[in-house]
Amino acid sequence: MVIWDQQIETMPRDDIRKLQYRLLKTLVYKLYSFSPFYHERMKQAKVHPDDINSLADVKKLPFMYKADLRDNYPDRLFTASREELVRYHVSSGTTGKPTVVGYTRYDLDNWTNSLARGLVSCGLGRGDVIQVSYGYGLFTGGLGLHYGAERIGATVLPTSVGNTERQIELMQDLHATAICCTPSYLLHMGEVAEKMGVSIKKDTDLTTGILGAEPWTDVMRSRIQEWLGIRAYDIYGTSELSGPMFVECTEQKGFHVWSDLALVEVLDKDTGETLAPGERGELVITMLQKEALPMIRFRIGDISVLDEEPCPCGRTHPRIRRIQGRVDDMLIIRGINVFPSQVEHTLMSIPEVGQHFQIVVDRRGALDDMLVRVEISKDAFSDKINDLMQIRSKVEHKLRNALNVGVTVELVEPGSLPRFEGKSKKVIDRRNL
Amino acid sequence: MDVKNYIIRQISVFSENKPGRLASIAKAFQEEKINILAFSIAEADGFGVVRALVNQPDKAFKKLTSLGYNVAFTDVIAVKMKDEPGGLFEIAELLGEAGINMEYAYAYSGKEAAVLIIRVDHLDEAVSRILTKGGTLLEAKVFS
Repeated sequence: MVIWDQQIETMPRDDIRKLQYRLLKTLVYKLYSFSPFYHERMKQAKVHPDDINSLADVKKLPFMYKADLRDNYPDRLFTASREELVRYHVSSGTTGKPTVVGYTRYDLDNWTNSLARGLVSCGLGRGDVIQVSYGYGLFTGGLGLHYGAERIGATVLPTSVGNTERQIELMQDLHATAICCTPSYLLHMGEVAEKMGVSIKKDTDLTTGILGAEPWTDVMRSRIQEWLGIRAYDIYGTSELSGPMFVECTEQKGFHVWSDLALVEVLDKDTGETLAPGERGELVITMLQKEALPMIRFRIGDISVLDEEPCPCGRTHPRIRRIQGRVDDMLIIRGINVFPSQVEHTLMSIPEVGQHFQIVVDRRGALDDMLVRVEISKDAFSDKINDLMQIRSKVEHKLRNALNVGVTVELVEPGSLPRFEGKSKKVIDRRNL
Repeated sequence: MDVKNYIIRQISVFSENKPGRLASIAKAFQEEKINILAFSIAEADGFGVVRALVNQPDKAFKKLTSLGYNVAFTDVIAVKMKDEPGGLFEIAELLGEAGINMEYAYAYSGKEAAVLIIRVDHLDEAVSRILTKGGTLLEAKVFS
């Protein structure tokens, strides 16, 4: 079995913990000295770097939230100078304001290495042609996997998203052996391929799918593997961690979290107490080596289980099992994070519709379809159909701009939408994953 | 000529396209003993607008609003037509020559005559042009 970085990936657990402690201690001193934001946070929490004397002491440190990045837009959390930064990525935020992440050369190197380890762990390497069908650009998916794939010596086919028929032609003509995309996009490709008279199973060289950026299940995995004749691996990450970071090994039982880069805690989402390995809870992640944008005890919002059982693949780093849910009401639509609060925020700026809304998410074919129902306000009601259609177009347009994802809007009668206290009930998710 | 005499208040109701909506509106009229003189439904993708001329528009407005409907008054005019072959053509030609652009129109054929109800952009101008061309408009009081 090939391992990308034998020394790190098979390091004994005790040595890993020592390394993590050393990295954590250094990081905390550095942040206390150089990050006004985190210095203040630590003072509020009445914790000093001298209080961190074991790995378990991490729980004394204050949390970071996605909102911290938004509130400190664009780069007030950065701890690297402009001269040290070599890249930005930007993702859409919860209230229309995006969040910006930055990287030093060292950050990019760690990110790329993390993916190199992961791609090798699921059997890829020199001689493979990896089709990267994640978006290239501000989104981390495309460029992240691009450099990860190059590093292991594979050949990259950087198709990015869209133009599905061309993607299938190139997959055939250039003999792609692996594809990186969202699971729903791969299913969509399978359908389009069949319409073109192409069977991905029989007519292409595809053996591997690296699938993520949206929730999926083992049932979907079986369907994809059987239908397309490939092995499908989960990939995990967010822009705050750098981008897509961790890939499942050939065991397909969760992704190894490289402990020299990330320290994972699993907390009871209600009490905040640390849970034992094997217990299901909220993931909290500390990035141990990031220079430009350190993340300490980041409440990533995902729920899963940390598996510390030894893995038959030989890698000693613990695994996180497939993500099993969210602590908030975030939806992932065609790979894009969508918060109901974004919808609410946008609708409030449109006087023609009321503040009440309902989101219905469905699968149309293989792709997610998002419908937003809004009530037409009394003042805006005109008996001209054209006026009403224009209001609908306006709402669709504004939502698309705010969410970065296409939305269908339905106008409904005032008072007809259910009234709830909590936001989550405003969402009906009919996707059968 | 007072243009106001010819301006009729139509009730417009926003309605989702789903079974039972018309029945619910009609039932409200029945309960309030409101008579419907003319009526049409315009539909778009997913929703529609029910338009009606009724004998007690204020009462109708109040009732439907209390039921949670989104209701608006819309000013329309009613052009009298001959209830015989060619009746619509005569009026349509008159409107065309008068340069009147209709937003929408619907018709009913009553005891006295056939009537074309139209919504136009510039009501005052439309009223005077129709009358100048020799058309007959029903007065609003006919409907109350």
